[in-house]
Amino acid sequence: MAETTAIETEVRRFITDNFPLGGSGADLAGSDSLLEVGVIDSVGVLELIEHLESTYDFQIPDADVLPENLDSIDAIAGYVARRLDAGAGSNADG
Amino acid sequence: MPTADGPLTADALRLDGRAALDEVAATLPELVFKRLRKRGAIVAVSGGIDSSVAAALCVHALGAERVLALLLPESESSGETLDLSNLLVEHLGIESVVEDITPILSAAGCYRRRDKAIQTVVPEFTSEWKAKLVLPSVLASDRLPVFSIVVESPAGERTQARLTADAYRAVVAATNFKQRTRKMLEYYHADRLDWAVMGTPNRLEYDQGFFVKGGDGLADVKPIAHLYKTQVYQLAEELGIPEEIRSRPPTTDTYSLPQSQEEFYFSVPYQVLDLCLYAHNNGVPAAAVADAAGLGAEDVERVFHDIGAKRRATSYLHEAPLLLEPVPEIGHKGEA
Repeated sequence: MAETTAIETEVRRFITDNFPLGGSGADLAGSDSLLEVGVIDSVGVLELIEHLESTYDFQIPDADVLPENLDSIDAIAGYVARRLDAGAGSNADG
Repeated sequence: MPTADGPLTADALRLDGRAALDEVAATLPELVFKRLRKRGAIVAVSGGIDSSVAAALCVHALGAERVLALLLPESESSGETLDLSNLLVEHLGIESVVEDITPILSAAGCYRRRDKAIQTVVPEFTSEWKAKLVLPSVLASDRLPVFSIVVESPAGERTQARLTADAYRAVVAATNFKQRTRKMLEYYHADRLDWAVMGTPNRLEYDQGFFVKGGDGLADVKPIAHLYKTQVYQLAEELGIPEEIRSRPPTTDTYSLPQSQEEFYFSVPYQVLDLCLYAHNNGVPAAAVADAAGLGAEDVERVFHDIGAKRRATSYLHEAPLLLEPVPEIGHKGEA
């Protein structure tokens, strides 16, 4: 199983560094909806997708662009871990 | 009237057309002549329902001699834009000025900058191709709303690609030259005549932030911003707007491929969004609007959710310029 804690830390850093409302990141719970809280909008989702694809070396298909995969730090960490465990690092199922 | 305990019907949006016109006839001269101290109204018309109703309301309230229609096509405007605009001008008996804004847009790099941004996602794209931006429907899926671009080659082959954030922003930024150039010309004519500029967003566009700040969002008066789109159509009938205009499907007329407002921004047809927005605003539960909207309650909830998301994402468009300290002697009321 890929290390979700490390992924979560990296994703949290990306969000707090790149989105104005990301703030210190300390206020953002892992389960908070990034869209509901207003941290990211639809263009922010595109930025997030690009970041994950380049950092973890897999493609995110449209069918995976779902809240349960990308709308909270916990969800993102879980999604990335699942993709890495499934061997998506080979870029095979984009 | 809406109720929180009974099903909503489309009648909830029905206006008393005559009373609505009487109200405009009383209010608009007050705003234009007394509050703004201007002598007439400039309306940029597109052949669409909103600008046609706005222009007709101005004629109704201010008189035909105090309304100037501006027709501001560019090279990618739909062929019927100018024809329908001229039909309206003739129908209303008002003066008009036609200014092709293509040279201004070319000089500003509107087309070049946009095409270059598209090429970062579709490298084979050239100025001979056509394109439009699209959003997935919010219905029947919880997919997050991310923009794609649809391109069409000169041979008619269409492909769709997800945009990068940089490409999306660059395409929109370049395309916004169109709305801002039109507004620049509207204020040129307003300044030379000492007239006021009318903005033409309907309630859906105003509420959901479907306008360009400093572009079509900029105006002195927005005479239909309180009206749901369905109500704009009702007033169009009351005002006798020509059938050709009333039956034209709403379009952005902004991108080179025909693009509905639904696929670019609202994600659902305006009739559905009208009812859902009305219900959302009046505390009517999803289940009570589902039948009238022709949706399941779950999809109505998705539309409610999308309404809130768009309000949050576009709230800054409604902000007046922010001051670091108040200037109480002046106050501030502007936006867009």
